[in-house]
Amino acid sequence: MSSRKSKSNNLKHSECLSQVQRILRERFCHQSLHSNLFGVQVQYKHLIELLKRTAIYGESNSVLIIGPRGSGKTMLINHALKELMEVEEVSENVLQVHLNGLLQINDNIALKEITRQLNLENVVGDKVFGSFAENLSFLLEALKKGDRTSSCPVIFILDEFDLFAHHKNQTLLYNLFDISQSAQTPVAVVGLTCRLDILELLEKRVKSRFSHRQIHLMNSFGFPQYLKIFKEQLSLPAEFPDKLFAEKWNENVQCLSEDRSVREVLQKHFNVSKNLRSLHMLLMLALNRVTSSHPFMTAADLMEANQLCSMDSKANIVHGLSVLEICLIIAMKHLNDIYEEEPFNFQMVYNEFQKFVQRKAHSVYNFEKPVVMKAFEHLQQLELIRPMERTSVNAQREYQLMKLLLDNTQIMNALQKYPNCPTDVRQWATSSLSWL
Amino acid sequence: MAYYSTRMKSRQTYSWVGRPLLDPKLHHQTYREMSVKVEGCSTELHIHVGQFVLVEGNDDENPYVAKLVELFEDGSEPHSRKRARVQWFIRFCEVPVCKQHLLGRKPAAQEIFWYDYPACDSNINAETIIGPVQVVALAPDEVLPTDLKNEKTLFVKLSWNEKKFSPLSPELFAQLEKLQEGSPRCQKSVEAKTKNIESPSCTTAERAVKRVESRHSSSKSRPAPTHPVTPRARKRLELSSLGSPRTPNTRISRQTSWASPDSPRRTKRKAALSEITSPSKRSQPDGLQTSSPARKAPEKTGEIQRRSCAKDDKKVSAERHMTLRPRVPALKTTVLSEERRLTPTRGRRRSSMLPSVILIPENIRKREAEEPEAQDEAIFSRHHTSRKSSLLTLNRIKQQLRFLGKSESDSEDEEFLPAAEIPDSSSEEEEDSTSPLPRTPSGTSRNLRSSTKLSLQTPSKTPKKTPKPRTPRHATPRIRSRNLAAQEPASVLEEARLRLHVSAVPESLPCREQEFQDIYNFVESKLLDQTGGCMYISGVPGTGKTATVHEVIRGLQQAAQANDVPPFQYVEVNGMKLTEPHQVYVQILQKLTGQKATAIHAAELLAKRFRTQGSSQETTVLLVDELDLLWTQKQDVMYNLFDWPTHKEARLVVLTIANTMDLPERIMMNRVSSRLGLTRMSFQPYTHSQLQQILVSRLKHLRAFEDDAIQFVARKVAALSGDARRCLDICRRATDICEFSCQKPGSPGLVTVAHLLEAVDEMFSSSYITAIKNSSVLEQSFLRAILAEFRRSGLEEATFQQVYSQHVALCRMEGLPYPTMTETMAVCCQLGSCRLLLVEPSRNDLLLRVRLNVSQDDVLYALKEE
Repeated sequence: MSSRKSKSNNLKHSECLSQVQRILRERFCHQSLHSNLFGVQVQYKHLIELLKRTAIYGESNSVLIIGPRGSGKTMLINHALKELMEVEEVSENVLQVHLNGLLQINDNIALKEITRQLNLENVVGDKVFGSFAENLSFLLEALKKGDRTSSCPVIFILDEFDLFAHHKNQTLLYNLFDISQSAQTPVAVVGLTCRLDILELLEKRVKSRFSHRQIHLMNSFGFPQYLKIFKEQLSLPAEFPDKLFAEKWNENVQCLSEDRSVREVLQKHFNVSKNLRSLHMLLMLALNRVTSSHPFMTAADLMEANQLCSMDSKANIVHGLSVLEICLIIAMKHLNDIYEEEPFNFQMVYNEFQKFVQRKAHSVYNFEKPVVMKAFEHLQQLELIRPMERTSVNAQREYQLMKLLLDNTQIMNALQKYPNCPTDVRQWATSSLSWL
Repeated sequence: MAYYSTRMKSRQTYSWVGRPLLDPKLHHQTYREMSVKVEGCSTELHIHVGQFVLVEGNDDENPYVAKLVELFEDGSEPHSRKRARVQWFIRFCEVPVCKQHLLGRKPAAQEIFWYDYPACDSNINAETIIGPVQVVALAPDEVLPTDLKNEKTLFVKLSWNEKKFSPLSPELFAQLEKLQEGSPRCQKSVEAKTKNIESPSCTTAERAVKRVESRHSSSKSRPAPTHPVTPRARKRLELSSLGSPRTPNTRISRQTSWASPDSPRRTKRKAALSEITSPSKRSQPDGLQTSSPARKAPEKTGEIQRRSCAKDDKKVSAERHMTLRPRVPALKTTVLSEERRLTPTRGRRRSSMLPSVILIPENIRKREAEEPEAQDEAIFSRHHTSRKSSLLTLNRIKQQLRFLGKSESDSEDEEFLPAAEIPDSSSEEEEDSTSPLPRTPSGTSRNLRSSTKLSLQTPSKTPKKTPKPRTPRHATPRIRSRNLAAQEPASVLEEARLRLHVSAVPESLPCREQEFQDIYNFVESKLLDQTGGCMYISGVPGTGKTATVHEVIRGLQQAAQANDVPPFQYVEVNGMKLTEPHQVYVQILQKLTGQKATAIHAAELLAKRFRTQGSSQETTVLLVDELDLLWTQKQDVMYNLFDWPTHKEARLVVLTIANTMDLPERIMMNRVSSRLGLTRMSFQPYTHSQLQQILVSRLKHLRAFEDDAIQFVARKVAALSGDARRCLDICRRATDICEFSCQKPGSPGLVTVAHLLEAVDEMFSSSYITAIKNSSVLEQSFLRAILAEFRRSGLEEATFQQVYSQHVALCRMEGLPYPTMTETMAVCCQLGSCRLLLVEPSRNDLLLRVRLNVSQDDVLYALKEE
């Protein structure tokens, strides 16, 4: 009886855990709208006021939201739009156009997308998707027809705004800003970008038409707030079905946030980047370790996750290399030391390797040249070495100049951890003269 | 939906009725009445002086409407001696496209306008008169009837004098009223005489069908209408929506050749026939239109049915075919003419050939194959889209537009229904009919044609047009209108904000009086001299160039209305609103004439227009904004723009605007800049006092800003750029800040210097320093490492590897954990994406070169703060 009970308990437990994983993963992967705005209240108010004015009064506006990646630009605008759409008098009245500089790589595509999102493509049948010029004049005419009081306001959201500035003549930006500065259909142009020098990218007449309103999101929070965000992100919502489990989980999260080692991990992470996405990454990795046998997250989980995050990817590659390849890398390192970062070619590396093998090595077999060449090419494929010039077909590969893309410290660190490294190789690595 | 038989298929004889009255002054013999006799038809059409008539024009579906003033014989005319003097009316579609908006509302379907323009030639060839028409004058307060039973009646309510729409003057109205009273009688008589010409059963039946159809389609409120060019889809739609009343029509008219009809088809057609004719009984037109249609229509349908049942040979089907065809005579195929020869007495029956065309692509294709040159003509000339097909598409488009606009208001739907169902003279596709001035195209061309007709004795076979299903060219798109009215500003600050918006057009442009005057004088003198010229206007952005020119044009347009200067046409193009410099031709042509053409063709047409201009043409004022974007390798666009005005015939004034003062010298070839001439004007950036004046004039009678604040912002902007837009934007932002800062919503108080200072800071302060201050610890130490590396090497550039070693050392010193290469690379990329650093693409890895995008002092300052 009791065993059965515990079994059902377990089952429930695992169900709960899968629920938890679902909720939290959703939170980490999508920019969840329900997360609180921290440190950006002022900016948020500015933006929402501006959008409201467009929506309600029909006043045209343009604004740029500037901030580094992961600072919550998209979250801010989505939040604002969501709130805007909840206002009764607005929801029916506003048209939204979302563009992304990575998708709409030229004005022609952008215009078609705008037409599509404004539902104008059916109006004149086949005519809309005609030539670029037709599209432009069509759209401009459509927007020109309106006026402040009677037309439905359109909110343009240009993600990756800086890429739009690279379009030819900046036609789209000019026209959007021109509409926003003339008595046509009311529009709000919201640009999102991570480039601080965005205004310098705009052409002078485009710049003149831009209202110069900028909203900066700078991740201006400190570590205490970061800790709070951490807690908030991990906590389960109140509407979680199993109240008891949620309570326990949240208690655990609270404990975690007070744990010293956890704080250390977080501090380290915070030092690297204030980006919330990287925090999400960390938490995601930690969350994956939660299983039914290990139902609550521990400090160890987080530490491990942090290790994964901050791992040096190239050192990892070096761990997987063969001894011959390691030897070649060491030879290159010595060449770098001798010739002060001058590029080298295969022949030089081979000679260096030969010297080592002939004089000192007992454990390393004297490979033939083609075998060494193969290993060398493998290193090139792994991009641990890089040719100085582009490889031409008839160039002699032995004499092509190369550069090593590994730092000395990286090589030494990697060797330290390299499994079953022969002692003479390790010695050779520490000093090129040790064989004397 | 009356189809006016403009192009007679058989010969018509015009003869005077009554004795001539000799006009001693003009040596003309004037008449009071004219009769038109159609060959092969026993009836005569009598047209009296004072009656409203339709005059053949270049648009077959919309013949000109006029009032007959005088009929006379003129010996001096070479081709036809029978002349008529008329007072023109104008249809909405004949009003130039650019001026149609002046009406301010949607024109009613049957609305025409009294053409109050004395310059228009009112002397026409009497043989171009097609027939009488009924015109009803409406008092200004009367509502235009929309749901018309009699679609042949036209309504006149306003007069049009090429500048504006104005109500009919009372005396004119009275005169028209009087005529109208007299007209039913004569109408009736004419109607009675011409009952062979009109087959009311057909037209009404068709109309009813259409009404049903349109109602159906509008009530159905389908989300996206089927593509109008896919005939099959449409056909299916119609079939499903209407049951079958349209099918017979299709079927019958489809039969353009003498295909031997098989019997099942016949029976089907028969059934269909009864279906199509039956609506005519339901929707009998009132007695106003026809004398006794109620009696006639059933009789006629009966006759048709009887015949179709009784006879079984080819001729019957042909005849029925013809009977059912409402008149769109302009469609002359060889087949048609053949038919006509076989059944000469019915030659003038109207056919509903056209609608079928849109449904039967094979048909078109066949015809196209037969008459390739006709196809060409169809592409380039206008007025040959089938009216009916265009209306169908038009209806659909209108619905679509409405549908976009309406979300839940079905009442609106009901309101527009009649408008959609009546053939709208404003149908957008026809609005491109050229400017109405040379309003006598019928004169000579018609003469020629009639003479050839006389000699040939057979109806001309020239295929005039190949109707092609297509969407209207000028369906004007628009963003749907809002459901809730925009709120009006409530507080002082809101009002101020509205006035400070750049889009708000001030009543006058302060501080640009001199420039305004210069440009005005320039254009005015060219207008008065009726010559052409160029002017180049330069100035940095935001100095009011375009606004001033617009103001000038507005002033001149007002002057033209007051007849101080000759009327002119105004066209505006913007280099930035073009995708490609050569598109400028297309835009100009479209705005001038409403025509659409390819760039090369448009250039030819424009060159022709400006080089060989008739004396009647009015001057064109062309504003070319952002001229520098019209630069091409060969500079042919600029060359043409400046070359046209130099021609003697061309009355073209070109005003060009660009930012740089020395543009002509810098980018133009000599031959281009020479043609541009030396009429230059440069707009200086606003000084602080001017900016202040602008602000004050915008905020007239509105106490929202402190005087100091205005002066502050004016000085600030003048020092920065002198851009008025910037000035207005700063003030607008300051009102926001002011509104935020004071918590009590009721009394926001004045905008002070502090608010403006905040706004200026927000807009112009560099964000680099705050960005550095707010970056993470590792990012900051990476910046430090860069500085250290720069100092070590003495260069302003370093590779990532070098910086990395410095970075590692720094971290060790500061007690930070050892930064791995991957982490550091991520940090570097993050800084690069913000453009605090300038970095090469990251595939260079260790070797990528790093530079600072901020001055070292700024970085040091930002890092020192902590």
